[in-house]
Amino acid sequence: MSLDKPYTDVPGTTIFDAEMSRQGYHLNQFCMSLMKAENRARFKADERAYLDEWPMTEDQKLAVMARDLNRCIALGGNIYFLAKIGATDGKSFQQMAGSMTGMSEDEYRNMMVSGGRTIEGNRYTGEKK
Amino acid sequence: MARISASVYTSHVPAVGAAIDLGKTAEPYWQPVFQGYDFSKQWLKEQKPDVIFLVYNDHANAFSLDLIPTFAIGTAAEFAVADEGWGPRPVPKVIGHPKLAGHIAQSVIQDDFDLTIVNKMDIDHGLTVPLSLMCGQPQAWPCPVIPFAVNVVQYPAPSGRRCYMLGKAIRKAILSYDEPLNVQIWGTGGMSHQLQGPRAGLINKEFDNNFLDRLIADPEGLSKMPHIDYVREAGSEGIELVMWLIARGAMDDVNGGSNKPNVRHRFYHVPASNTAVGHLILENN
Repeated sequence: MSLDKPYTDVPGTTIFDAEMSRQGYHLNQFCMSLMKAENRARFKADERAYLDEWPMTEDQKLAVMARDLNRCIALGGNIYFLAKIGATDGKSFQQMAGSMTGMSEDEYRNMMVSGGRTIEGNRYTGEKK
Repeated sequence: MARISASVYTSHVPAVGAAIDLGKTAEPYWQPVFQGYDFSKQWLKEQKPDVIFLVYNDHANAFSLDLIPTFAIGTAAEFAVADEGWGPRPVPKVIGHPKLAGHIAQSVIQDDFDLTIVNKMDIDHGLTVPLSLMCGQPQAWPCPVIPFAVNVVQYPAPSGRRCYMLGKAIRKAILSYDEPLNVQIWGTGGMSHQLQGPRAGLINKEFDNNFLDRLIADPEGLSKMPHIDYVREAGSEGIELVMWLIARGAMDDVNGGSNKPNVRHRFYHVPASNTAVGHLILENN
């Protein structure tokens, strides 16, 4: 019997479950290495060479270099690990979160100041807005 | 005998820590957030707890994907502040309470909660931001802290029910400790927020305020809320709220006491960065 995954119909959301964690293991462990200042410096000096030290898929490496966080998440990345890339780039959590929404930094910030993204219309995939 | 005098609940938004560390607390954006903790700072000074049992989650700092403990109790003499990628926060290291922590581990494991015992670990913003909000910027934290980390990074987090029952077991452990310590238990994280994907930025004020109401008045019923309700209604990271139920489960009224706790303080504000900030102080009566 397969596992019950009631969270697959939440729109715009990827739940980091065991399956995603397995796919993303090396990607996330690469991110973890950026907690050391010397590794951040080495990564910044030559991203491709640094990534090639990790047994990640080519798609994962390209997604990291493109800073495409949605793609990283689809390939098994978890936001708390991916945040280390943002930290290395000097980005805030708000800038990182906003980058996944298709909004500009200002638009996202203004949405948050105005009370955030509404839950109405955002509970189920395909729900009428 | 040791006793639990109060429980404290608060969000632990990393940007709040950055605002304190960079001296931005008086800025118009941040002022309303920090005002919500003015009472709490004074209250904590007056309460003078001997130990804080602090429930939080690690955000891929102490624990990578190499090891994912569902419940981990810090039994070390001290805990260093993690470099989460931006450099370590300029805050004091955390002094632990190995004797009480070891006592709690031994008692709680025998009550069927299989804790992971951690004798070496760095602590991240999940633990230091609540301390900063409640204590300001002291040279040293006011008392020893027992870090208690809950996995909410890889799904599934423990259920709300499991957390609530664990709180009861922690209470039993603390009350069986021989020294007359004044212990507070803090539950942190939340409230509604989502940090990932096109739905990032989700806030649900109605859910949050209902959660606060029920945490005070109906924690038993609230503990039965399934994971999917947190995820769908409060965002993928809103599931951190299950940690508040550990602290709530340790209070007198849900362990045979006849008096409801005193609600000393309640605060709610949107936003702090991506997140709704919620805060409660409940005193045993």
